[in-house]
Amino acid sequence: MSDKPEKFIDENGLRLDGRRVDEIRPMTVEMGVLSRADGSCYLEWGNNKVLAAVYGPRELHPRRLQRPSEALVRYRYNMAAFSVEDRIRPGPSRRSTEISKVSGEAFEPVVMKQFYPGAVIDVFAEVLQADAGTRTAAINAATLALVDAGIPMKGLVASCAVGKVDGQLVLDLNKPEDNYGDADLPIAMTEDGEITLLQMDGNLTADEIAKGIEMARKGCEQIFAIQKEALLSKFGTTDEEELLKEAELQAELATSEDEAEDVEVVSEVVSEVVSEVVSEVVSEVALEGEDDELEDEVDEDLELQDEGEAFTDDEVENASDEAEDLFGEDVSEFDINEGTESEGDSSSEPEDAESNEDEGEKNE
Amino acid sequence: MDRNIVIPGQLLSEKKEMAGPGTYVKDGNIYSLLYGVANFKGRVSVVPFSGKYIPSRKDFIIVKVIDVTPSNWIMETGSPYDGLLHVSEFPKRVDSSEMRKFMDIGDSVVVRVKDVSKAMKVELSMREQGSKVLRQGRIIEVMPAKVPRVIGHGGSMVSVLKKESNCDVFVGKNGRIWINGRDNDMDRLTTAIEMIESESHISGLTDKVGIFLRGGPEGTESSDEEQLVDEEVAGVSLEDDDVTEETSRKVDVLLENDPEETD
Repeated sequence: MSDKPEKFIDENGLRLDGRRVDEIRPMTVEMGVLSRADGSCYLEWGNNKVLAAVYGPRELHPRRLQRPSEALVRYRYNMAAFSVEDRIRPGPSRRSTEISKVSGEAFEPVVMKQFYPGAVIDVFAEVLQADAGTRTAAINAATLALVDAGIPMKGLVASCAVGKVDGQLVLDLNKPEDNYGDADLPIAMTEDGEITLLQMDGNLTADEIAKGIEMARKGCEQIFAIQKEALLSKFGTTDEEELLKEAELQAELATSEDEAEDVEVVSEVVSEVVSEVVSEVVSEVALEGEDDELEDEVDEDLELQDEGEAFTDDEVENASDEAEDLFGEDVSEFDINEGTESEGDSSSEPEDAESNEDEGEKNE
Repeated sequence: MDRNIVIPGQLLSEKKEMAGPGTYVKDGNIYSLLYGVANFKGRVSVVPFSGKYIPSRKDFIIVKVIDVTPSNWIMETGSPYDGLLHVSEFPKRVDSSEMRKFMDIGDSVVVRVKDVSKAMKVELSMREQGSKVLRQGRIIEVMPAKVPRVIGHGGSMVSVLKKESNCDVFVGKNGRIWINGRDNDMDRLTTAIEMIESESHISGLTDKVGIFLRGGPEGTESSDEEQLVDEEVAGVSLEDDDVTEETSRKVDVLLENDPEETD
């Protein structure tokens, strides 16, 4: 085809899509997207869109594939018929079978297969939109899907390709670079830098390969960072923030209800979540929010600085808004209270005192 | 901080003697194997956010008969491995020709895991107090990783569930929960259990569930999948053996005096 670009890298050292030679495409990930799968991950990397799902460990059929001492990791890479411009024939092909095999092996050193003898861990990686580097994108997504499924692993796996265009090594090829470039070298590695997948298409000298691997290592480090980000942010907000958010939400919900009852509702709802001390204060403020004079007193009581102004408004709605804000300010205090209260709770139950350590493990 | 969220491969400690469940040791350092909450009290351990149930000895689980052979009932356990219940492990003497009269395909049973071999052959037993065939009620499935939350500190959550819903409740380690009571009570309880599962990271959940079951002002649930996992989750699964021992005793007690409360 003749849509081969004249030059892949311009005089400023930028590539066709504006990246530098050692820059990966922007990547976004989302975990837990499939409710029926044990673990899943949707990943976009440049124009690649990949969906990975993990099932298992589960019983393996046919039984002859079972391994008596470890689980089988069955990896399936598949491109959707619509993932490329010219529809590709659905079903396994020589190419996808090969990619499935090597990609599955890329997880060999990290997945703790010995925990599940005779079982299978199924990994499905579906390429929904392809734009060069789909096998590497699929491995990155599959790693997160495995983690999401709660599969024990020694670490993460990241994958990234290096290629050669215009006689120069570039990281993470895009479609035109892949199609018309001189070489493509996909690499997957663990966090320790152990290379678990290495394929090559095209020609590279030994020096170029060595240099390419170093470039890929840098790329994988960036991908590890993205993966970790995704994992830690899934639950990674602090207690206080979340509780604050919830309280705000509840206050909001209350405001949207009947206006007359508004104030009461807020204080009630809040008191559910918050310890009594805070809720008392909140309800006091909220109930008497209509009264302008109260602002000073409130300020004193709570040592809040900016609260006063909003109270000049007589609107009930405003009062409840205020309650939220107030609550926000007070989170640290209520956190402490929560803690002491729940401690008191547990010690009041005789069972608990002796068995605080084993906690929920206890069956009934 | 005693607890925090960790991901596989994360360095947890440099004292390799302290490695507990959910971790591995490399070069004298402890790393996490799982995505979950690390607990640094005592031994370093990680409790996963998700994962399949894997049978282990002495667990009480709820299983389903999938086949009857001349000497064994074959049970589906909710794990990758099927369980075998030999006729001799049935509380009564049963002739092999009459096995189906006692338990047939599709029946759900509370059993105890008698033994798990290296090759994950799971042997079950009903010769334990608490084992029984479930003829009525419903079975709800939750994620096995959430079972500790459904049980609560020292059984606090289960107590609340029972008391407030007027239902019998039995929580199997494999994430199956048997409930029995009036239809509308069970409906309410089901919703409550779903609530526990989806909000297992919120602190003060037990109270919230209690309020919900009492029909009090229903807490408005935000979609808080992201909320920080609460303390309770993390404390789970230390000292496995003691706990299971303890567990079974509690199961026995509870099954003995069904309607009674622990507190």
